[in-house]
Amino acid sequence: MLNRQGRPTAPQAHGVSDPAAGMGDQAARLQGDDTRARGSSAGTHPTFTGNKALAQIEPLLFEIGRYDTTGVDLDEPEDFKPRLGGLERKEPIGLPGLSEPETMRHYVRLSQQNYGIDTGLFPLGSCTMKHNARLNERMARLPGFSDVHPLQPVSTVQGALELMNELGRYLITLTNMTAVALSPKAGAHGELCGMMAIKAAIEAKGEGKTRNVVLVPDSAHGTNPATAALIGFKVKPVPAREDGWVHVEDVKERLGPDVAAIMLTNPNTCGLFEPQVAEIAKAIHDAGAYFYCDGANFNAIVGKAKPGDLGVDAMHINLHKTFSTPHGGGGPGSGPVVLSERLAAFAPVPFVRAGKDGSFELVEQNNEAGGTAAPFGRMTAFHGQMGMYVRALSYMLSHGSDGMKQASEDAVLNANYIRAGLADLMSLPFGNKPCMHEVLFDDAWLKDTGVTTLDVAKAMIDEGYHPMTMYFPLVVHGAMLIEPTESESKASLDLFIATLRDLAMAAKNGDRERFTGAPYHAPRRRLDETRAARNPVLKWTPPAPVAEAAE
Amino acid sequence: MRYLPLSDTDRSEMLARIGVKHVDELFADVPKSLLLKEPVDLPRRKGELEVERILSRMSAKNIPASSVPFFVGAGAYKHHVPATVDHLIQRSEFLTSYTPYQPEIAQGTLQYLFEFQTQVAALTGMEVANASMYDGSTGTGEAVLMAHRVTKRRKAVLSGGLHPHYADVVRTLSEMSSDEVVTMAPDVDAAEDILSQIDDSTSCVVVQSPDVFGNVRDLKPIADKAHQHGALLIAVFTEAVSLGLLKSPGSMGADIVVGEGQSIGNALNFGGPYVGLFATQSKFIRQMPGRLCGETVDADGNRGFVLTLSTREQHIRRDKATSNICTNSGLCSLAFTIHMTLLGEKGLTRLARINHANAVKLADQLASVKGVEVLNKTFFNEFTVKLAKPAAEVVERLVEKGVLAGVPVSRLLPGAGLDNLLLVASTEVNTDDDRAALCAALKEVL
Repeated sequence: MLNRQGRPTAPQAHGVSDPAAGMGDQAARLQGDDTRARGSSAGTHPTFTGNKALAQIEPLLFEIGRYDTTGVDLDEPEDFKPRLGGLERKEPIGLPGLSEPETMRHYVRLSQQNYGIDTGLFPLGSCTMKHNARLNERMARLPGFSDVHPLQPVSTVQGALELMNELGRYLITLTNMTAVALSPKAGAHGELCGMMAIKAAIEAKGEGKTRNVVLVPDSAHGTNPATAALIGFKVKPVPAREDGWVHVEDVKERLGPDVAAIMLTNPNTCGLFEPQVAEIAKAIHDAGAYFYCDGANFNAIVGKAKPGDLGVDAMHINLHKTFSTPHGGGGPGSGPVVLSERLAAFAPVPFVRAGKDGSFELVEQNNEAGGTAAPFGRMTAFHGQMGMYVRALSYMLSHGSDGMKQASEDAVLNANYIRAGLADLMSLPFGNKPCMHEVLFDDAWLKDTGVTTLDVAKAMIDEGYHPMTMYFPLVVHGAMLIEPTESESKASLDLFIATLRDLAMAAKNGDRERFTGAPYHAPRRRLDETRAARNPVLKWTPPAPVAEAAE
Repeated sequence: MRYLPLSDTDRSEMLARIGVKHVDELFADVPKSLLLKEPVDLPRRKGELEVERILSRMSAKNIPASSVPFFVGAGAYKHHVPATVDHLIQRSEFLTSYTPYQPEIAQGTLQYLFEFQTQVAALTGMEVANASMYDGSTGTGEAVLMAHRVTKRRKAVLSGGLHPHYADVVRTLSEMSSDEVVTMAPDVDAAEDILSQIDDSTSCVVVQSPDVFGNVRDLKPIADKAHQHGALLIAVFTEAVSLGLLKSPGSMGADIVVGEGQSIGNALNFGGPYVGLFATQSKFIRQMPGRLCGETVDADGNRGFVLTLSTREQHIRRDKATSNICTNSGLCSLAFTIHMTLLGEKGLTRLARINHANAVKLADQLASVKGVEVLNKTFFNEFTVKLAKPAAEVVERLVEKGVLAGVPVSRLLPGAGLDNLLLVASTEVNTDDDRAALCAALKEVL
């Protein structure tokens, strides 16, 4: 039976003759007895539409849209002579439209299939999914910020430049660094900016040909080695030790005249502060190299310690993590980079300069930089993520120096509270010692249960939680990285801990089914990623004519 | 502090449960001398009202596009965005969700990304599109790197009609990677001989249409020449609305199409966040940068979507990845796709015709102003005029008269001897009164 959108209501009639065809072992297992035993929730009390009350199936835009429909009222212009040089489009484009009410419903229904911070606890390690205050949204939409053009005269955007200058001052003060490059568009772009500044500094010293190695600990985010490689550095790994820390001896062993920099995350991705960071910085500097710090985990130490005091030369700051600009389902981010005195001169254009008379100017060209400045170039068109700057400054103004310090302390306290609540049932790879704002478990506690880290993550979905970061960092087997952030109440943490305890007991007591078939209650059951990669379908194409499809 | 749920009692109880007396014991690995005792030297916490006052004061010092006759373009365009768009992108489940790594509870994001990819592919005339880049300029940098991977060559040729910021981004990236870049001289009237620059060592040719001076370019001959030499054509656009009226880059032979999507659904935002559109042919997908959303089925056989081909990406491949990009422009791509859904083919093509019609009207009116010469033979919604005086000066004088007239070419290309050239854009937001105000103000100043 087909519903009004031409979609089958019963899963088995989906038109996929054999869902298990081409699937990997894991997917095949999902089709097995475990799944059937628990049963598909769609199997009971089927509905005509396939909807289940508030859980609505929403077809693709291309299945419900119409080529002659528009949700925007525009008047056709009067006749005129086009000046397109005969390059007018002659073929239809293939873009269906919807009326306004249909558009509203399409996207509201889609939104209801998503989990967000406002839905519940979002303990995604290294991602800092904290509360997104709506004040920040309101501020970013003030017309003086949202409705100004990047290239309108500088005299007409003095308030926007003032905001950028103020944001920069806050970031420099919190980090005790010398300069800031605001323009990078996200964390990885910030890494690129910092590494480009380092490369420029090395070239300025005439060592560009010889210093071409970047040390990257195995526990680093994948963006670190990818960034270094992008601009021609060779990546040399620094292995992890059993205690989760990077040791200064291991760094020293790899140092030499060929080393340009180290890219170190601190606090690191194991949720630990690097106790030897100052010694590592000194060793790096003594060897004539630079210290790039990945600032993804800055939320643990804002207002508690200043990266500049630790010897950092460059660090990107994810405004979309630490300073709560919304993640938006994968961006936009913003990745300003703070620079030490050794690198400040190489900051890219554009940057804001405060004049003596209280006005601001925008330096947009390398040769306008003046003084000893030697910008390495330009990261992006225009001036960066203004919309994110406003939100981040609104966050900082609201918290103040006292609130930011408190937020870091609460973030660390919450993570340790989870550690204390789960240490007896789940396994801590580096022992039961204090962590920073995220706590890392491995999968040793799942040994012989037949349950994997992935299964635990999916079972958490059924319990109403977003899973933690899984299988990262790579240095720990079956990693589960939990970052609650400061936005969670004690009651919320207590329920979360109780839930994970219940899951841990279930796994240990042999209730595999609860895990291996999960999620049972999400808008979709487990999705076949192998199939998606093996035969990529990356856009909608019109269905084959009915006669063909029936064969 | 209104954002922090813990009370002091909670904190004490939690510290006791953890087994420490003071929170600083949890920071024991931070060198003691470096652990800050007091809050840093910045103002203390503020209520909503106070924050609103501070930021509103800054906002009020700027002149918003909607408040004056406005003709500024050069890579970012003032368009009307329907109220529905901004409402929908602020739905909690879109706004506060993460990159859809857990597809079972992120089908909302994944389905709109699949729809977005389909729309971008259709608009550019290409076979596949990714789930977005940061913006057009960084996307162009990535396109050049991708072309180098595909062709195993390291030389890019940049047209003199490419937005100078885009060219700067490509040059910065290429210099750092020791790749070669040939940059053509600024090409005001689309007369450059780019074909002669293409040879067997060329990886890619980067050509923008409409170009930064507004000219509409025929990409076909460039694509043909590039293909003869085993090079790729990267077609760039900065005004996505133009694709509603112009031949698609794909139909003219482009191998990679990259552009700025801000015009559809996104506010000016003083330059960001925007959304980079990136499309190519299927045979190149494994060399593409960025995220891709693909269709699959779940364990019950129901259709669903996942991020796919992630073996190209940094979190799997590390230093062998096709790009270091991680977070992209999710919410801006949502704004794009919602606005595009509202427009549909009918609305988009009409919007494009209105833009072109307004620009034609403006060009005709400006041509009759003494001291103004319209240089373009072809254009979409933006063109170059030559003024009797330096454009930067004229633009400042026009600010005093309450008109934002455009972008002086000298701002983008200082020292190029193009000081009297002004880029003027006209979209659907401009009225007859706006155009009359611009012409009248120019008459007074020139």
